[in-house]
Amino acid sequence: MIAELGLAALWLAAALAALQLVAGAFAQRDGAAELAALARPAAIIQGLLAAFSFLMLLILFARTDLSVKLVAMNSHSAKPMIFKLSGAFGNHEGSMLLWITVMALAGALIAAVERRLPERTMMATLGAQAFVGLGFYAFLLFSSNPFERLPEPALEGMGLNPLLQDIGLVFHPPTLYVGYVGLSVAFSFAVGALLTRQVTPDFARAMRPWVLGAWIFLTLGITAGSYWAYYELGWGGWWFWDPVENASLMPWLAATALLHSASVLAARDALRAWTIMLGVVAFSMSMVGTFLVRSGILTSVHAFAVDPERGTFILILLSIYIGGALLLFGLRAGTVAEGERFSVTSREAALVFNNVMLSAILGIVLLGTLYPLVTEAFDVRVSVGPPYFNPVGAIFVVPMLIVMAVGPLLRWRQDSVARIRLPMVIAATATLAVLFLVMLTSDIGILPLLGLSLSFGLAIASFMPLRGRKLRMLPLATWGMVMAHFGIAVSLFGMACESAFSEETLAAVEIGDSAEVGPWSVALSEVRPTAGPNWTALEGRLMVSYDGGKPREIDPQSRNFWAPPQETTESALVTRWNGQLYAVIGREAGDGRWQLRLWWKPFVTLIWYGGVLIALGGVLALIGRLLNDLKRRSVKSRGAARREAQA
Amino acid sequence: MMGGLKAKHQRLVLVVIALVALIGAGLLAASALRNQASYFYVPTQMAEDPPAPGQAVRLGGMVQEGSLKTMSDGITITFLVGDGDVTVPVRFAGILPDLFVEGSGVVAEGKLDASGTFVADNLLAKHDENYVPRELQDMTEHQKNQVVAETEAGA
Amino acid sequence: MKRWTLWVPLALFVSFCALAAYQLTRPKTEFVASTMIGKPLPEFALRAAVADRPALSSADFRDGKPRLFNIFASWCIPCAAEAPQLEALRRRGADIVSVAIRDHPEDVAYFLARYGNPYSKIGADDLSEVQLGIGSSGVPETFVIDGKGVIRYQHIGDIRASDVPVLLEKLEEARR
Repeated sequence: MIAELGLAALWLAAALAALQLVAGAFAQRDGAAELAALARPAAIIQGLLAAFSFLMLLILFARTDLSVKLVAMNSHSAKPMIFKLSGAFGNHEGSMLLWITVMALAGALIAAVERRLPERTMMATLGAQAFVGLGFYAFLLFSSNPFERLPEPALEGMGLNPLLQDIGLVFHPPTLYVGYVGLSVAFSFAVGALLTRQVTPDFARAMRPWVLGAWIFLTLGITAGSYWAYYELGWGGWWFWDPVENASLMPWLAATALLHSASVLAARDALRAWTIMLGVVAFSMSMVGTFLVRSGILTSVHAFAVDPERGTFILILLSIYIGGALLLFGLRAGTVAEGERFSVTSREAALVFNNVMLSAILGIVLLGTLYPLVTEAFDVRVSVGPPYFNPVGAIFVVPMLIVMAVGPLLRWRQDSVARIRLPMVIAATATLAVLFLVMLTSDIGILPLLGLSLSFGLAIASFMPLRGRKLRMLPLATWGMVMAHFGIAVSLFGMACESAFSEETLAAVEIGDSAEVGPWSVALSEVRPTAGPNWTALEGRLMVSYDGGKPREIDPQSRNFWAPPQETTESALVTRWNGQLYAVIGREAGDGRWQLRLWWKPFVTLIWYGGVLIALGGVLALIGRLLNDLKRRSVKSRGAARREAQA
Repeated sequence: MMGGLKAKHQRLVLVVIALVALIGAGLLAASALRNQASYFYVPTQMAEDPPAPGQAVRLGGMVQEGSLKTMSDGITITFLVGDGDVTVPVRFAGILPDLFVEGSGVVAEGKLDASGTFVADNLLAKHDENYVPRELQDMTEHQKNQVVAETEAGA
Repeated sequence: MKRWTLWVPLALFVSFCALAAYQLTRPKTEFVASTMIGKPLPEFALRAAVADRPALSSADFRDGKPRLFNIFASWCIPCAAEAPQLEALRRRGADIVSVAIRDHPEDVAYFLARYGNPYSKIGADDLSEVQLGIGSSGVPETFVIDGKGVIRYQHIGDIRASDVPVLLEKLEEARR
């Protein structure tokens, strides 16, 4: 019954999306006011229905209803409840339902709260949102129905990939999805604005909180995903340039560029066509990434079920939406009036420069991700990894970081370098001082060296915009920017330290013996069997002490899951303020010794703390913008009330 | 210094700079991809046309039965990867991936050293229910038959 | 801004679509056909997977009688889906033996009690040795083995109703 309810709600939601599309389209003509009035309620009800449908799926998973195919394929009665629930979106069908739910809820939210835009643009936006939604409803209902029943209930579920049975992954996919799909709002706004030729600062102001919101979730999602890969895969790395990771990074890069160009449009009415294009590109990157991962045309360590038929379906959707939007862009962007001018030494110019850099980095990541596809067309198999991404990316990241340090100090429209000479000199001095200090004291690679020194310069420069301002009067959005830029510096410092100063030991250790890694001494005191609800494991007991200090115990495991059968390594971590010890236990070497792999990673945690700071900066900026809007709205309505009273 | 330029010129300059940067990025990426992408080899290819020592490549094939040995340090292992015609010696130091056994398919990432031993930094080996390293499907029928025959003989 | 630059994104996207479409149309068989067809079974002797069926060894195949060799596991959903078809095959005279892949005896017994037991012998292949040995890369798979123990035919994936006659025919061919 529950499955049928969920399916019915999904069909109804699809019907409402169709209604919303028609209403939005008719509203573009005069004299269709009744129909246009339907668009907003349709969007809201559609959102509620989609959410209801997703709730039904969660209930099915919570109950482990094995008569539903999706549950039988992806869940197991022995799984802890939280993983039963996360199993609902740890698979293709469920995650597509989550996708459409988030998209419908976002549409409902703009329909409910967004009143700044001209009504016609708003209707076009809602229509575009419904148009995109319809395609995904069709995809879900015709080719990936999550509520399909089995002819005969299964005996037991097939479980969930044990790698995915991890608390990090409970929150990771929904967070990323909110980010990906939140960008659909920017896409719809861009299409709506192109259709009605209303590319104005108001448009940018209306779009900005949505982009900011999606961007916060993307930032958190990428940060969490990176930490998950770090401690779950047991390889000691935190970023693998895997297609799945790239698929989340590309929308983030586009959204970051969009965020900044929307600021220019909002404040200065410049960069109109560019902002529109980024609005289209950001969501396109979400869809392309999902397509690449889901169609199986790129393989990945995180691969989902491969199905060429679904791939074809998504490709058709992609070509309609992205192709259509870019066609519209080609036709209309030329007729959007040109914006304001600005000088080369101005904040706009710095933002434009970094927009170009971000786009270049996006292009590089996209090319690297697609390159195996290109060569495969010529029957050559390659894989592209860090040796490509790191140096080529750095060529654009380094100038971007430098301009990022300087940009916020500049004034809009026109400024002089002389005015900001002092802060620039301070930041540059810090950078160069660290550069020479590190060069003299240690021998590290060029990229970590640059990263390390730039992180200091950027950290100092990120606080410079506060100089000479009354801190209590400073808008929240400015605090947000300071915090996000500082977060980039923190994260960069973590990355540079990890790659420059990590130490690794690989040893076969007898019980009672010990190994050294960096300042740590690690003694293996015992290896014992242990068991969980759906796995058994060999657990090593390690006594570790930092620099001869008090020893403490950690227990890395090598786990054996039994449904489906699979082994995983569970790393054990010791976190200190200045870094992390990372321990993995392997097999017995055959002579009573056990393989241990140990890393000492100084300041590695700063990578993710930096990510959190960046997201918090986004939250501050978002709150600041929303408070501003509320203030403006209440002023406006008070004004309107006064006018009414006078009339 | 460009504050005095005409609006039109300023736009043109911006567009040109953006295009130059993006095209530069594209060219840079293209050349880097050619040099940095790691190519996939089966043992026969590696024997006929070996990659330059030190170049990062990937080697795929079957782990030959009876060839897996653990060195006395307890962490370095050596084994032979074969495709039926040729075998390549592989050395790997580290924790073996789950489900890595003799007779299973493996993709090793690493470099060839001067002596012709493939030094692997990473092994991707999985032979669970539904997975065969994708590249292994590319071996010719003949090679696959040989692999199986050989692993049988070794068993 | 130059007009033509506005079309650059669309052009890039179209080339991406062309590439992706080309990749999608390239046949990508997910199945890995066994290279063992036409060859004798490898030698093996497995313990019995359940109490009420005898164990399985490669010698059992060399009695002159062709049979179906099914690879299954209790944790595999398609295996449950193919159970009625296996039962149909048994009723039409096929002798079916099997190995349970990485399974527990109690799970196998429960599975068979629930979905039926068409097997005359069941071996426990706890390390997938036999499965790998005969060139199977997944569950379920079904092989036709002739009376000399030579692998004649491989069916990958669950047996649908339409596959039943095909398997019977292959079995008949193996008899000759």
